[in-house]
Amino acid sequence: MNAASPSRAGLALVLPLVAFIAIAFLAPIATMLLRSVHDPEIAELMPRTRQALIRWDGTGVPQMATKAVTADLREASATNRIGRLAQRLNRERNGLRALIDVTVRHLEREPDTELTRIDRGWSDPDLWRILARVTSPWTGRHLLNALDVTVTADGALVRQEEARRLYVDLFLRTAWVAALVTLICALLGYPYAYAMAASGPSLRTLLLFLVLLPFWTSLLVRATAWIVLLQRRGVINEGLVAMGLVSETGRLDLIYNMTGTIIVMVHVLLPFFVLPLYSVMAGLPTSYVRASASLGAHPLRTFARVYLPLTYPGVAAGGLLVFILSLGYYVTPALVGGRTGQLISNQIAFHMQRSLNWGLAAALGTLLLLAVLLLALTLPRLAERGGLRA
Amino acid sequence: MVIACPKVSSAAVLCLLIASGPASAADALTIASFGGQYTASQSKSQYDPFTASTGVTIKSVDYNGGLAELTAQVRSGTVNWDIVDVELQDLDRGCADGLFEKIDPAQLPAGSDGVPAIKDFVTGSLHECGVGTVIWSNVLAFSDPAFPDAKPSRIEDFFDLERFPGRRGLPKRPHAILEWALMADGVTPSEVYRVLAKPEGLDRAFAKLDTVKDHAVFWETGAQMIQLLADGEVALSAAYNGRVQSAISEDAKPLKIIWERQIWNADYYAVVAGTGAKERALDFVRFATGTAPLAAQTQYIAYGPVRRSSQPLIAPAIAATLPTAPANFNNALAFDAAWWTAHGDAINERYAAWLVQ
Repeated sequence: MNAASPSRAGLALVLPLVAFIAIAFLAPIATMLLRSVHDPEIAELMPRTRQALIRWDGTGVPQMATKAVTADLREASATNRIGRLAQRLNRERNGLRALIDVTVRHLEREPDTELTRIDRGWSDPDLWRILARVTSPWTGRHLLNALDVTVTADGALVRQEEARRLYVDLFLRTAWVAALVTLICALLGYPYAYAMAASGPSLRTLLLFLVLLPFWTSLLVRATAWIVLLQRRGVINEGLVAMGLVSETGRLDLIYNMTGTIIVMVHVLLPFFVLPLYSVMAGLPTSYVRASASLGAHPLRTFARVYLPLTYPGVAAGGLLVFILSLGYYVTPALVGGRTGQLISNQIAFHMQRSLNWGLAAALGTLLLLAVLLLALTLPRLAERGGLRA
Repeated sequence: MVIACPKVSSAAVLCLLIASGPASAADALTIASFGGQYTASQSKSQYDPFTASTGVTIKSVDYNGGLAELTAQVRSGTVNWDIVDVELQDLDRGCADGLFEKIDPAQLPAGSDGVPAIKDFVTGSLHECGVGTVIWSNVLAFSDPAFPDAKPSRIEDFFDLERFPGRRGLPKRPHAILEWALMADGVTPSEVYRVLAKPEGLDRAFAKLDTVKDHAVFWETGAQMIQLLADGEVALSAAYNGRVQSAISEDAKPLKIIWERQIWNADYYAVVAGTGAKERALDFVRFATGTAPLAAQTQYIAYGPVRRSSQPLIAPAIAATLPTAPANFNNALAFDAAWWTAHGDAINERYAAWLVQ
């Protein structure tokens, strides 16, 4: 059999992997991308209102639609979905929950009352413009919200009010943390990888073992161990106080803040930097360095002009890996980040698990994914152009 | 089949069941509750006796409150939980959303003194979708060694970093802490929710919280909260009274509870809509909310039973640690779940934003 041509048996062997990736990876991502722009829940809860408002010209109070709203509210109430509808509408405009509650209670007593007589809120044309917009299943508002932009009743885009503005800052904070973690990993990891490449077999095995050790320990255990070490009454602070370097009241805040997030992330991600770099260093022929030295170059110059450029592919690979992994970090900031060390992923989790704002969570996830894709596609090319490829 | 069987009688029954063959889903119930000491107290006073008397095994699941997981289960049609332990604001909302089965209070057993259930349960502890179990309380708790001289004793002290320096523990959700912020700012308890409903009142509460923001450590679960207090990471924290009491009486931690301006709330058992084991779940709810199991629960956590008939069964030493003890109940504020249902969305969002800003 010709080994170069893929046989059917070979394809069959890959099939489970392809199926796994499709089900566990591609399908959830596709769902997320879809959810960030497709949110049919209000449309499903208010089908008649949607129909009535599709042809509305956007002025005054649409008489046709008031009857549709009445019918939709009654049906949602009868099928126990009114709470859900009230919550969704309230998210679009604060105060709508109260309006829905009042209206539904009134309709239960007197089913045929005109909406505008139940509450003056229904006479507000802005409310109808909002309804017309949110009953459409396709929407860009989640993506806009994820960028701290909101849509006013008449369709203009404005910045989110200050008390609720946070996502742009969080994206920037996340990128900054990722960059800082990558830099620290590079400063710590480069000498370490060099030591591994330069040492004899037994020392190398020991160093490799030390790098891999964290891999064999659960993320939670490592985070807890760091808590024990870094907290105010933890090992490090107690040691510093005992040595008199730090006063009893001046204990260092090393955890439950940004410092904690960065320390623990560097620890967790360091192997991802060291290992690719080590594999590059181990493959370098020593003759170049010797040649440089024998031609009279100072060791520092040899390092800067010969050795360092040769290891760029390893630095680029490790750096990219660490940077991209950092962008999506969730568990570590949640456990040790306190208030100031929270990253964008924690906010995505908040909207998935607590506020149930899945559209916004999906939009934040989509933006994060786009950022990562952009970096993954452009950074290696930039590195190549800048001579980082050997 | 050889299985090491513990001596405890209730567990021995469970053990026999396991030994007689794997327990099928047909005689099991899954109950979601808040974990840690709280679930342990339910397990000892309610799950184990129920298993002993009916043979139904109970699988315990931890969650952090809120309706997110439950909503996901019910909406996707894969209901894994049969019963949830919920707080009133979640019960209210879940009931409106059709997440829970209706429970007829007339079907609940009478108290051990013969008083019918409807009169035996304290006002507000029976709901069309759930049956009350315990009254628990949001309190302030402090680490005793953190304050060698004057001890904090009032809600104002939480915000007074000059007289009472040290880091503050705050919950990651706004319930109770916003009410306290207003009360510490001079709003009387009866006015709190009225003021908080206005935008300027809400701003005022957040402005008060801002004064301790730089000294705050935030916790998500009751277990974390106790850990922070016990490790001395925070000096003074918003807390659940039962967890603090357990840490004091069982683990001898040097913690103290401030009962002044406690904000009390209740927990309920609710049966998840669409569970395949509705009758069995209702059996459990009727059993677990009986006079004796509710009284027994106070031995394991300092939360007060909602049945009047349970009161005489509680030892005086334990009764004094409950939120409902007269000495502790001074100046208590009832948590207004209906208010939070109406206003919670926007406030939760703003609090979450405030946290990271």
